[in-house]
Amino acid sequence: MRQMVAFTLKGAGYNVVEAVDGADALNKAKAQAFDCVVTDVNMPNKDGIELIRDLRALPNYKFTPMLMLTTEAGTDKKQQGKDAGATGWIVKPFNPDQLLKTIKKVMG
Amino acid sequence: MSIDMAQFHQVFFEESFEGLDAMESGLLNLDLGDVNVEDINTIFRAAHSIKGGSGTFGFTAVSDFTHVMETLLDEMRDGRRKITQPAVDVLLGSVDCLRDMLQSIQNGSEVDQSDVAEHKLALDNELNNAVSSSSAGKPSPEALASNSATALPADEAKQIAGWVIAFSPHLHLLKTGNEPVRMFRELASLGHLTTTVDLQGVPDLYDLDPEECHLSWKLSVLGDIPETEVDEIFDWVEDDCDLAKQPIYQTPTEAPPLHSAPDVAINPVANRVTEDVSPELTRAEESESNSLERKSGKKEDAKAAPKGSSSIRVDTSKIDTLINMVGELVITQSMLSLLGEHFELNKLDQLKNGLSQLERHTRELQESVMNIRMLPISFVFSRFPRLAHDISSKLGKKIELKLVGENTEVDKTVVELLSDPLVHLVRNSLDHGIEMPDVRLAAGKPETGTVTLEAYHRGGNIVIEVADDGKGLDKDKLRAKAIEKGLIDADAILSDKQTYELIFMPGFSTAEKLTDISGRGVGMDVVRRNIQALGGNIEILSELGKGSTISIHLPLTLAILDGQSIAVGDETYILPLGSIIESLHVKEDRLNRVAGKGETFLLRGQYLPIIRMHQIFNVLTAKTTKLTEGLIVVVEGQGLRCGLFVDDLLGQQQVVIKSLEANYRRIEGVSGATILGDGSVALILDIPGLVRLANQ
Repeated sequence: MRQMVAFTLKGAGYNVVEAVDGADALNKAKAQAFDCVVTDVNMPNKDGIELIRDLRALPNYKFTPMLMLTTEAGTDKKQQGKDAGATGWIVKPFNPDQLLKTIKKVMG
Repeated sequence: MSIDMAQFHQVFFEESFEGLDAMESGLLNLDLGDVNVEDINTIFRAAHSIKGGSGTFGFTAVSDFTHVMETLLDEMRDGRRKITQPAVDVLLGSVDCLRDMLQSIQNGSEVDQSDVAEHKLALDNELNNAVSSSSAGKPSPEALASNSATALPADEAKQIAGWVIAFSPHLHLLKTGNEPVRMFRELASLGHLTTTVDLQGVPDLYDLDPEECHLSWKLSVLGDIPETEVDEIFDWVEDDCDLAKQPIYQTPTEAPPLHSAPDVAINPVANRVTEDVSPELTRAEESESNSLERKSGKKEDAKAAPKGSSSIRVDTSKIDTLINMVGELVITQSMLSLLGEHFELNKLDQLKNGLSQLERHTRELQESVMNIRMLPISFVFSRFPRLAHDISSKLGKKIELKLVGENTEVDKTVVELLSDPLVHLVRNSLDHGIEMPDVRLAAGKPETGTVTLEAYHRGGNIVIEVADDGKGLDKDKLRAKAIEKGLIDADAILSDKQTYELIFMPGFSTAEKLTDISGRGVGMDVVRRNIQALGGNIEILSELGKGSTISIHLPLTLAILDGQSIAVGDETYILPLGSIIESLHVKEDRLNRVAGKGETFLLRGQYLPIIRMHQIFNVLTAKTTKLTEGLIVVVEGQGLRCGLFVDDLLGQQQVVIKSLEANYRRIEGVSGATILGDGSVALILDIPGLVRLANQ
């Protein structure tokens, strides 16, 4: 899944940094300022919702668009994600075009 | 900027037919002694939505007709009118009439005005009947008029020309990473956008927190935009703002040209609702004379050949599975293309892995797509309660119809083609099978006869049974009749099964008298032919005095077939696996040549004709023409056995059937074609056809 997202975004000309899990992502986000965060909900070592909550608390990420990848069934997750400060969500499964369209929606 | 209303017609028709079905079953289930208001409500709602829909689409005749039904139902609902059997019958008749009207409109043919006028008159009579007889709660004409005026949803008649949206974000909106400007940019991509900002909420500079959003907007976006697209933009911020949106409507559009009945004026909706019922009636009556002569032929034609695209209603869970599958497939595909971009030999394992994943997903996808074509058999079964009701009241019999296994799923094509044969079988059971109540009592059976319709899966087949506890088939009578009709010899020895099979012979009917319900002797052979055309077969079990069971066995789907590929020279043919009995090498001493009749071979004491495939299909490259060198495949079709002489057996596989008729024309002996793994085309053989061909 991560490969596919990264592959699609790189293909569209975005600079992409991949992280293997939530903790890794948080470290990478602290080291560098990103314009957009795309995270799966289910991840080892800090799930997507926690990641968003932690990122939102950082001064650099107060207004950064953060998207979570979720399944249709996860209405609960959507709400939890929103409460944690997620900008929006992309429902899995999605195709590259949908992903790009959604990314365009949140990137200036 | 107008929406093509025709695209919604299909949906309207489908929903209306569904509504009619609901009305029908509702009416049939009404317990006259103790009427449940909710039941009446269900029927009323169905009538109401048909009326609304037909008004929207300009089918004035339909909405006027439904209006009268609705009025009647409304009075029943309010308890102003007693529900009587005649009234229910009139309503049932009207449901049929309405169905005919809708079918005619859908097919673009004439609406049968005389029929409509007749049913409308019946409805009116029923209406006036109660008005004059019931002293209490007499409905005034004004009440009816106002009733009809409010009943029509006027909004639906108009087209959406845009949206006005009031958008007031909550203070914290920016902190979710959502940015109103970007959302407006999305909106602007849908149509022409005008924004008006409201600054009233902005506090003094001292109190202003720049991280909070104090603005609110009034947006208007023009264009033929579906509500869902607007919703999608605000989807993420639903809980983070106050949002109100309202559609902007265009003026009503002109009625669609679909309506072809020239004598029914298509009035704008606004005029129509206040129009009285009677002028419509006289108009319909006037047209009665000139449409009468057209009536008989045209109506049947229209029913037989429904035009327009066929559509299918699918359980959303099936679509969800499909989407899931496609998602997986997309992921696999992008993984593979990623792999292909920088391919090195050491990634071979990964490639193999990916390909096997692709194969699995493709197969699963195929399965779920096939699954979409499957419909519950209740689509066919649902019409039978009405049939049973009508027939039993006509014949004065007491009959209970039981439906079992209605949710069994069958291929859509099967559902469509199964309907007529089943009607015939059920009619037979109701008419000939079940006895009159007094006869039943005398025979020590319960007064009420039972007809059971059951569907279930067995193996790769679906089995449908029509069982009754009636008088059963009389073997001696069948036999006498067959001899009398010259269908069998007087001294023919028949097993029980063969005797029952007699009723499937053309020109056989045992009913002493013809009735208008069944029994013109054209029935059962046609039923059997239809079932066989579907690749199925039909069997009868019967016991005199106890009842009969007719079972139909059908393949699960018509689109995929388990096939055995055989080789004849360079050509490959597919045999339906189910038709193959065995294959063998034949020895010279078992062969027989009959002058003028072709060749036969002896198999376990039975002589079977040999069909040389290379001759029939004119294959010049056949490896051998000597019967002893090739292979004989023993096949069976419609009770006939024969040996096909082929070069070799290749392998078993599932093949997707492509119709030859659709792409070329019908060919005797060939039921279709398929595309093999290597891209070449193979013909699928039809055994009974092949046998006929060989006999010529």
